[in-house]
Amino acid sequence: MSILVNKETRILVQGITGREGGFHAGQCQKYSQEFAEGGGAVVAGVTPGKGGQIAEGVPVFNSVAEAMTETGANASLIFVPPPYAADAIVESLDEDVPLVVCITEGIPVRDMVYVHRHRQGKDNVLIGPNCPGLISPGECKMGIMPGHIHKNGSVGVISKSGTLTYEVVAQLTELGLGQSSCVGIGGDPIIGTMYIDLLKRFEEDPKTDAIIMIGEIGGTAEQDAARWAKKNVKKPMVGFIAGQTAPPGRRMGHAGAIISGGEGTAAEKMRVMEECGIHVSKSPGDMGLTVAKALGRA
Amino acid sequence: MNIHEYQGKELFKKYGVAIPRGKVASTPEEAETIARNLGVGVVVKAQIHAGGRGKGGGVKLAKDPAQAKKAASEILGMTLVTHQTGPEGRLVKKVLIEEASDIANELYLSVVLDRSFGQPTVMASTEGGMDIEEVAAKTPEKLTKIQIDPVLGVWPSTARRVACGLGLEGEQVKEGTKLIANLYKFYDEMDCSLVEINPLVQTRDGRVFALDAKVNFDDNALFRHKDVAEMRDLDEEDPLEVEASRFDLNYIKLDGEVACMVNGAGLAMATMDIIKLAGSSPANFLDVGGGANQEMVENAFRILMDDDDVKAVFINIFGGILRCDVLAEGVVEAVKTVNVDVPIIIRMEGTNVEKGREILESSGLDFTVGKGMNDSAEMVVAALER
Repeated sequence: MSILVNKETRILVQGITGREGGFHAGQCQKYSQEFAEGGGAVVAGVTPGKGGQIAEGVPVFNSVAEAMTETGANASLIFVPPPYAADAIVESLDEDVPLVVCITEGIPVRDMVYVHRHRQGKDNVLIGPNCPGLISPGECKMGIMPGHIHKNGSVGVISKSGTLTYEVVAQLTELGLGQSSCVGIGGDPIIGTMYIDLLKRFEEDPKTDAIIMIGEIGGTAEQDAARWAKKNVKKPMVGFIAGQTAPPGRRMGHAGAIISGGEGTAAEKMRVMEECGIHVSKSPGDMGLTVAKALGRA
Repeated sequence: MNIHEYQGKELFKKYGVAIPRGKVASTPEEAETIARNLGVGVVVKAQIHAGGRGKGGGVKLAKDPAQAKKAASEILGMTLVTHQTGPEGRLVKKVLIEEASDIANELYLSVVLDRSFGQPTVMASTEGGMDIEEVAAKTPEKLTKIQIDPVLGVWPSTARRVACGLGLEGEQVKEGTKLIANLYKFYDEMDCSLVEINPLVQTRDGRVFALDAKVNFDDNALFRHKDVAEMRDLDEEDPLEVEASRFDLNYIKLDGEVACMVNGAGLAMATMDIIKLAGSSPANFLDVGGGANQEMVENAFRILMDDDDVKAVFINIFGGILRCDVLAEGVVEAVKTVNVDVPIIIRMEGTNVEKGREILESSGLDFTVGKGMNDSAEMVVAALER
């Protein structure tokens, strides 16, 4: 088992005819072909106006609706450029694609405010935007992460950051600790799925034995999640917060990574996590080791 | 992106958000003329992107045009230091000349995104002129927050509720309602990330208007507001940061001694953190991005080396989309062209790491190659001590 993506995931790629979309669609396909028998996870592409073409070995359709009907796709991976990305998300939400993952970085916040409003009452899962996507090692890769650093196993990973997620995955793999699923939730001020929903899924997933959540400065999502976890998560949890040395009032790369009005500091987040029984790794170099310790394996 | 008060007020005016009469000046003579045309006592306000201007001597009252000229000549060209500028202060190039107001009450009004609900929020308080974070912490009952449904926007009934909460009465409720609704419209249509009026004033003769204007825009939305993008004042930003932005590099100057070059914002912050934990301090935040090419890496390196405080360079790359060999080639080329007299510690992992290491080794240049993050951070600190 794993969460959200597995061998049954059938991906349509919105923006497959673009450079990034094409490259990563190919990489996701290759990854799934290593493990699954017959065919691959990527079944379709969508680029309005380019229906009928073939890209990365799969048919391209003009709309998400068409792609779903023709290929049975059940997940959408979005690489559409920022000005049009929110529209691409809405299209997938409206066609009831169960899982929508948006990689695009740089979507205006206002567009996401409207997407967020539009999601009310819908039950599709939206991951991102501005995220690396997600992977269930040995089953399915639906994102831009380097597949080869992952190892099939029992640690659940949730993170706001891309390369920092790769860092923790590499540390875990090095220590012989595989991952059940790794989800990059994104670094924007407004994102789809937040920590709590994923903690819930990992807690219910029989394959997952421990969970590591990696956050960064800005907002209160980590604190909210820690408080929720205290009551609802029984599996051992590890936390890390990036930006302990970040100056207040500056946006640290990610649009959401900003300490404003003294709120959202790393110190505050780490304090709340510790209070809630989460093993906090102070150094980004010890994230994997802290998980091993929490599991009693170091 | 931030803009000046006078630019914010020009936009307010367009949107029907009441402001005092006034105009911006770049010379004392202009200030004098503006004061004469206004025909009343004026306030001369330094235009820099920072708060606390009054305390630093950047705001002066003038009874007549001659005094306005004198005040402007004192403020223009001064390096204004406030609690928000840092000790180096900011050079004042423009002053805003406004009619002096007979203030009865100072209020607070802002529109900002509430991240936990994913909705804009109108915030209002009767405690204007103060630090709003302090009001929120000490007297939360004096701060009204109303979440706005983006589809509906601010309807008159919502705006009226805010206006009454601010203690406005009679005709002022009408004026205030209009101002609040228009301010929201401005926030929404112009892709602002923050609009703040502190203080919003009630005058003794019964008017309500914005005495100050703080406006931040969402950088990601500037592509649809070309006019706003043109308001950017590069002099208000760190020169190295401006240089970095020309090459799509995400760079923030800090005051430490270890320059960092990293791909990805989260890892870049974590790299700063580990430098601090190892006993030194980061000189900057730098995310070269996922799609960096050789040229970007070269430029990034040059910008890092422009900072005189730098005593070592720590390159921490987890290759995903950015391949280690591309990075290595960029660094080698950069080191050949830029004069480097500090130790360089490189830690690479991920896509094409072997190829990358090979390029570094065969370059004949003096790099220290670290393995994990802990190990490499220790190497950096050891190199500093040598």
